[in-house]
Amino acid sequence: MTVSNEQQKDRGSSAASAVDRTPTLQAPRNDSIQYRFWRRLTRHKLGMIGLGMLVILVIAAVFAPIVAGIDPVVMDLKMKNKPPSAEHILGTDAIGRDVWARLVYGARVSLSVGLVAVGIYTSIALVLGSISGYFGGPVDNIIMRFTDVIMCFPTFLLIITVAAVLPPNIFNIMVIIGIFGWPGMTRLIRSQFLSLRNQDFVIAAVATGVPPRRIIFRHILPNVVGPVVVAATLGLAGAILTESSLSFLGLGVQQPTPSWGQTLTTAIQLPILANMPWRWLPSALAIAFAVLSMNFFGDALRDAFDPRMNLD
Amino acid sequence: MRTYILRRLAVSVPILLGLTVVTFFFTELMPGDFVDGLMPTTAIANFSPEQLESMRENYGLNRPPHVRYLIWMRELAKGNMGRSLASGAPVRDEILARLPATLQLTASSLLFGIIFGVGLGIVSAVKQYSWIDQFLTLLGFFWISTPGFVFAIGGIFLFSLKLDLFPTSGIINYGEEATLLIRIHHMILPAVVLGLGSVASFMRYARSSLLDVIRQDYITVARAKGLAEKAILMGHALRNALIPLITIISLDIPFLIGGTVIIEHIFAWPGMGTYSLASIFARDYPVIMAVNFMVALVVLMSNLLADITYAFADPRIRYE
Repeated sequence: MTVSNEQQKDRGSSAASAVDRTPTLQAPRNDSIQYRFWRRLTRHKLGMIGLGMLVILVIAAVFAPIVAGIDPVVMDLKMKNKPPSAEHILGTDAIGRDVWARLVYGARVSLSVGLVAVGIYTSIALVLGSISGYFGGPVDNIIMRFTDVIMCFPTFLLIITVAAVLPPNIFNIMVIIGIFGWPGMTRLIRSQFLSLRNQDFVIAAVATGVPPRRIIFRHILPNVVGPVVVAATLGLAGAILTESSLSFLGLGVQQPTPSWGQTLTTAIQLPILANMPWRWLPSALAIAFAVLSMNFFGDALRDAFDPRMNLD
Repeated sequence: MRTYILRRLAVSVPILLGLTVVTFFFTELMPGDFVDGLMPTTAIANFSPEQLESMRENYGLNRPPHVRYLIWMRELAKGNMGRSLASGAPVRDEILARLPATLQLTASSLLFGIIFGVGLGIVSAVKQYSWIDQFLTLLGFFWISTPGFVFAIGGIFLFSLKLDLFPTSGIINYGEEATLLIRIHHMILPAVVLGLGSVASFMRYARSSLLDVIRQDYITVARAKGLAEKAILMGHALRNALIPLITIISLDIPFLIGGTVIIEHIFAWPGMGTYSLASIFARDYPVIMAVNFMVALVVLMSNLLADITYAFADPRIRYE
């Protein structure tokens, strides 16, 4: 690709005029690393589908009042358990609330819990992973052994234990998911630091007396952004799954705030499951839709960051 | 090999200690203690602070945390995990009564995940970029993106209510004799639902690992000397490609155990998941502690087992 570009350029310039232009080793302008990354990303079919789905979700979440049209907490006891109709396009639930409106507002809850939770644990992981990977030695040992210990506990079990004790509201859910998510991300950042730590540019920086803080922030961290963004995108999917599971168990977001997982709780009653699919099917699909979009997009990001992948 | 195993075991000892520390102090951070849990809050109001204090003294709760940790460790070593606040029965007996049901379920799920995940992963890799590969990749995305409880609900809706193929819940039919066939019949739906995520992750790893191996020189050599594709796959590629899956499978176990909590809840499966969820809702701390510790121990052991198996399978792996 690169070669043919240059050849074409050479040919073009020599044909156009005889202006004396010595050939330089200038890289074609359109072939910077950033440009290649964007090209690889935008050519990833599933990734772009994922991005499209994500955009739909974000629009639904941001403009929820407009998209929903109906207040999601307003009850209408004369309209209980009605199947989809012109007025309520996805029907109504047990106390006459509009299912579509609750679905749309549920996107707000899912996305905000996901973003904040992943933000929290990425921050924790950045601190721990940087320290561990950069300084090594006993500090690294302590942090990594602690990570090993925490990783033995299934995260979900710890999360529901704490969620059952704290008052269940959206802020606590964000914090709880955020607090238990760091071990995997910490390991990732540490391993990135370990491989960058001994690269020539870092050694040069150390040799010229750049303080560790500056090396970490200015020289190493920018190189860690790629893998962290990939992990955070996939982590977003995981956090949304966890939130929906918590809400499903009744430990997450509480009524009247709508959440997809919480809506599905009622589906455990067999008559509702069998006869009122409009009350649970939309939420089930919404969870899959949201998580799928992030997994698609995260996967595309990973492929785009990975120079070994052949996407061109 | 012996030194490797011994060293690997030695590394596990501090982690095991760490597990006990985290379990104990994690529970310690929770509000309320044994005395608060003994009776309803309304009843506690009838006691004077002095009475409550003397009760705490009775149970040794007034001692500093590190002393209580050591006492807890001593009892744990003897196999005593305390008594459940809810039932008053020894936690160990309650766990032992529920463990078989959970082991049955998780082992079947894991087996299902390994067989289907590896099988589909091989198909995917051999037919790379074909429609079946793309279809399986897409399917895998759906499987990892849909939470277990959604599959459970969908599965009950479709297979139990609409098609009437499987029972909706429970481990046996109430009041009937539990034959092996009835047990298996009850287990299929929860085990498959629980295992779908594992199928997806094993499939992806098996595919990419096999593709990596197929690009290696020795496979080209095997092709060049005229070996049949089937012989190359079976005799040369698969063995090496599947070794990394040992680690992937052991890493999947915490997720599987976390998944049982919800799946057992939905299918009314009388195992550890249902038990731990009930104890969490009841804030039955001795049970929560014991379950968390046991589960972490299982994960630690499975990691250990995976590393040792790996060393047997791949002689390049050694502690330097």
